[in-house]
Order: sequence, then structure tokens, then C-alpha cells
Amino acid sequence: MDLLRFATAGSVDDGKSTLIGRLLYDSKSIFSDQLEGVERASRDMGSEYTELSLLTDGLRAEREQGITIDVAYRYFATPVRKFIIADTPGHIQYTRNMVTGASTADLAIVLVDARKGLVEQSRRHAFLVSLLQVPHLVLAINKMDLVGYSQQVFEEIRRDFTEFAAKLRIADLTVIPVSALHGDNVVDRSASMPWYEGASLLNHLENVYIASDRNLVDGRFPVQHVIRPHSHAHHDYRGYAGRIAGGVMRTGDEVIVLPSGLPSRISAIETADGPLDEAFAPMSVTVRLEDDIDISRGDMICRPHNQPKVSQDIEAMVAWMGETPLRAGQKLTIKHTTRTTRAFVKSMHYELDVNTLHRNESSVELGLNAIGRVSLRTTTPLLTDEYRRNRETGGFVLIDEHTHNTVGAGMIV
Amino acid sequence: MNDLPETPRRILSQLEVLESEAIYIIREVVAEIERPAMMFSGGKDSIVMLHLARKAFAPARVPFPILHVDTGHNFPEVLAFRDKVVEQLELNLVVGSVQDAIDRGVVREEPNGSRNRIQTPVLLETAEKYGFNALLGGARRDEEKARAKERVFSFRDEFGQWDPKKQRPELWNLFNAKVHLGESIRVFPLSNWTELDIWEYIAAEGIEVPSIYYAHEREVFERNGMLFAANDLCRPTAGEETKVESVRYRTVGDATLTAAVRSQANTVQLVLEEVASTRITERGATRGDDRVSEAAMEDRKKEGYF
Repeated sequence: MDLLRFATAGSVDDGKSTLIGRLLYDSKSIFSDQLEGVERASRDMGSEYTELSLLTDGLRAEREQGITIDVAYRYFATPVRKFIIADTPGHIQYTRNMVTGASTADLAIVLVDARKGLVEQSRRHAFLVSLLQVPHLVLAINKMDLVGYSQQVFEEIRRDFTEFAAKLRIADLTVIPVSALHGDNVVDRSASMPWYEGASLLNHLENVYIASDRNLVDGRFPVQHVIRPHSHAHHDYRGYAGRIAGGVMRTGDEVIVLPSGLPSRISAIETADGPLDEAFAPMSVTVRLEDDIDISRGDMICRPHNQPKVSQDIEAMVAWMGETPLRAGQKLTIKHTTRTTRAFVKSMHYELDVNTLHRNESSVELGLNAIGRVSLRTTTPLLTDEYRRNRETGGFVLIDEHTHNTVGAGMIV
Repeated sequence: MNDLPETPRRILSQLEVLESEAIYIIREVVAEIERPAMMFSGGKDSIVMLHLARKAFAPARVPFPILHVDTGHNFPEVLAFRDKVVEQLELNLVVGSVQDAIDRGVVREEPNGSRNRIQTPVLLETAEKYGFNALLGGARRDEEKARAKERVFSFRDEFGQWDPKKQRPELWNLFNAKVHLGESIRVFPLSNWTELDIWEYIAAEGIEVPSIYYAHEREVFERNGMLFAANDLCRPTAGEETKVESVRYRTVGDATLTAAVRSQANTVQLVLEEVASTRITERGATRGDDRVSEAAMEDRKKEGYF
């Protein structure tokens, strides 16, 4: 059984919580004591319905104010696949939350209300999905029951969205008409929409092909930790522990260590369960080399003829999450793969309007939840790939040097 | 490019992905944090976490101490199991004793006799005494709705408190482990595991867990719809009838508050089947401590509970 991580975007009004509730409920993933708790809390709130949103809104303030504060993670499984849902709230801190949820997602579901069609928020969500390079996007056109299950309405929204999506980099788009409330096309195909010939949402989630989404071409092994046992049995042992960030590594491979540029050969790929002939992303292994060279955390082992860029100058799209704005001249801590160093903001090129995709070049700062193009200069070189080529070696976070808060997410261009 | 003509299927199973992720998280803690420790209760989640820690650093030993907050309300099988594991893996064990803290007047016994809440100050005191600024814990997000919103690297202030509104965004696999002096981080490598994943992994890896997780005969009585073991720590009151039943434990906590479930599952395969078909969460079925209110777990976390 494999694993699919997906993010959901949309507001409560779009029926997102109902949709998730429906997926969990119809796949028998809600436990009876959870459901009783939600029913009890719904009654206490004076609601006439069982508020399925309470399944995900777990914090006291969320219950009291009827809002969702933070990304909530939910788990369910069918006989085919295990799923991790990152449920991201639509209103408050939408960029921060959605960027967080989408960063590890294989697939994103964007919900629209069939009565309203595409709204500003739908475009914004679709843009963030493409910015974070989530490989698969599902546009779920919800509340089809309220438009008489009309094929015409569905086709119009689909056309509008496809037109907009052409401006974005979306690799795989699937559009599904659903009614979360009644369960049409959520788990089972709907009898009310015979004109729709595609898969139900769950069926699509179970079968969408994700094995080719990972980069298995560019061998990238960021060294996370050096293992030296200091014991009699393993006197001269030296192993480089880490998780493969791209490609396939094989015992006997010629490699080069960056940034030093020293060549060597893989003598063994080890795990606690024994040695391996080959390992691939995202496996956690320990790599040993034939030569005794000086390697530490933050270095990268790769192939001599396929190397990442080694540079102190970083061009990136940055999603800003700090309370105080990002400006040129600022100094920050940057964490990229297993390397942490300092970065200086050289210049800000433009701020992107996430609703219109307009580039505002006169903007001089990025406020909370803003996205823009930035040039950074780092104190030590980073070993990077373009984010669109590899999310692991193309993404970084920015950390405030004083508060130590995570204040930005960067995608290298 | 260099791929052979017939490319092998390079897909990891969900357990392999979860294992790789947990090993990565544990290694990240050791690489970034000066004095980490791993919390160990002798429960199945902490046993799996310790198993992953051993795998993460093999052939070297686990490079941090193991911290057990001893409530004094233990299942004897679990304590014996703890001592055996410590010896086998040559671990450095640190114990924070709730009984000792009560004797010293640091905490006071609660009226209901449970030591769940008062173990928090003991945990914080022990961490401070040894200077631990990161604690690895076996909590999972599927356990409880406050945990569903907690980060893998969960920042705590100088009082060990969690503020759900001030969580750091967590992107990709880039974990921010930076803290000021006095602040700390709780790290949950099993965040994305479910109860079923834990049991599938125990079965796949052949991991030993304390015998109370498997069905056995025990003298029990019913209280608040839950089955409690009748023993020195937990005595039935008038009207509570004891009888011998075949039970097992789904969770291991304060022995006065942790209930058993009726079960015939005496092997790992049978437990797996039982967990896969159950309709009640493990905390709902067996934990008196989470029944106090809708936000019982959130409130305890805000006080510094793991």
C-alpha cells in the first residue's frame, strides 16, 4: 500500500469541511466516539445539524469562534491507499497555511461553489498550488445539487478554470462535479449526473499515478549527520547519514562531494537492516565512501556529471509569513536541505498579486502573506536545483535571527 | 539517464515512507540540538520510536538519554520491559519520579488519585535538571484533535507551554530547531503514524511490546463504561463488581486511569485485525484523562504536557 498526501483548499462556505467529513465518513474513517463528540458539541452550540467541521476544528478558540486557525492533519485509508489530508483554512492566514499544507502534498483539491463559479479565492488557491508545484490538482465543483446537477453549469466553470490555469504551471488537472452534502461523486459515482463519465473523487485519489512525481534522475544526497560509533567493534567506521533528496544512488557509483568538489566512490549503502545495492528518494540511509575525505552536515554527495548549482546568489519566489515586512538589506537565517547559513536580502524585484498575477515592481516590501521575487546573497554557498525540478533541493525557509520564528518560504527559480 | 533499460519499481510502501520520515526527524534533532532526550513510557508508541532511533544511528548506539517520567502508577509488566530494553540497548536512562516530587512537596496528589496532570511539572523539572532542550515524544496526530494541529517540531516557551496560535509554519521537511536559552522544542517523529500503522510496523519488524497489549485473563470491574483492572492502585468501590475477563490494553498510561478492552487478540496478527476493524479511537476507549472535556488534551499541552 502506498501513501498519498493531499491538501484541501477552500472556505467553510464552499463545503470543504463537509467534503472531508464525507470522505472520512463514507470510507468508515470516523470513529463512533469522535462522531458522538461532534454531535454533542454541535448540540451545545445550538446547531440543528451535526457540524462535521468540528471534526477538524479541535482547538478551544476555533470552537468558540467557529473559525479554523491552523492546518489540521487527518488520516484515513482504503484498501488501496493510505491518505494524509492537510486541511488548510481558507480565510485566516490563508497564504501561510496553504503554502505549508501544499509544500508536502502530492495533490491538492480546490473547491468551488457551483452557484458562484470561480471567485477570487479559487484563482488564488490554484495559483498557490502551481507556485508550490503540487503535481496534481483536482477542481471539485461542489453543491451541484443546488444547480440542478446541471452539466451546463459544470462545463462553464470548467472552461473558465481551464482558461485561467493555462497561465499557470499545472501539470495535471482533473475536474469533478460533486455534492458533498449528498455524497454525489465523492465516494460513489452519482446517479444524478449521468453525463459525467469520470471517476468519483475517492476513486481518483486512490488511482492517481504519483510514482513518477519524484525526481529519480538527479542524484542528490544531502549529508544530515556523520555516524562515528566510537566503539571497539566499529573502530574506524565513518558513515554519512541522510535522506536521498533526488535520484538513485548505487553501491560502486562514482560520486563527487560538494562544495569541496572531491571525488570518491560509494563503497556501501547501509541501513540497520543490512546493506543495499541501490537506494532512491526519499529513503533514509547511511552512505559510506571509499576515500577518507572531510565531509560534514550540509555537504552534498552527487554524481560528477549531474551536479546542482553551487552558489551564494539565490533567486527565488518568497512567500512571507513574518509579522514585520521583508525588505532589501535585511539579514536572515536560511535553512536549505541540511545546510543552515545566513542570508542577506540584496533586492526585491516585484510583489505578485496572487489574485490577478500582476507584478507590482514598485513594491518595496513584502508584508504578511505576500509573495514576491527576491535576490539573496548567502554567507556560504548553497547546493541548489530549480524548485520546479526538485522540491527538496529547490525549497528553503527563512528564519528571523532574533525571534527564531520561521518567517518565509522560498522557491528557487 | 543512467537508468537500466528495465527500470525497477521504485515505490515505497506507506510504512517505508513513514519509517524514512521518522528516522530523518530523529537524526535532524541530534544534528541540530545540543542536549536532546527521548521520552519513554514503555508504551507501544515510545517503543516504536526507540526502535527507529536505534535504526537511525546504527551501528552506533542511540546518542541521547531516555527519559521516563515514573508516575508510580505503573503496570509492573511495563517497568520490567523498560529495564530490559535499557540493558539490551545500553541506554542511558533518566527517571523523573512523581512520588519523589510529591514527597518533596513539589506537586500535590489530585483528589481523584490520578497522576496524569501532576506528571507535567515533574517532566519539566527533570528536563531542566539535566539541561535537556529538546524532548522527543511518541505522540501521534491521529490520537486527538489538538494534536492534529501540532507541529512535528513543537516550540515551547520557558515554562514548557504550548501556544497553538504561535506555532511556526512547517514547510517541506525543513524543521526549525532554533530556540533561545530556557526555551525548548518537543519533537514528534511519529506525527503522521496512525494506531494501525504502529501495529503494522510492530508486526513487520517483529518488535517486542509489553505483554499487556495482548489478550490475557485479568480481574476487572466496570466504571464509567470502561473496564479497569482491580489491583492495589485501583480498587472497585461498593456496587462495582469484579470478574475475570479476557482483556488487553490499547494504550499504556497512568494505571489508575487506563482501561482495558475486552479482547481475544493474543497475537500481533489478531491485534492488527482488531485495530483495523475497531470503531472507537484508542483514547476514547481507554483513557479517563481525555474524557474530562472537549479540550482536555489542549489544556494539558498548554501547561507543558507532551
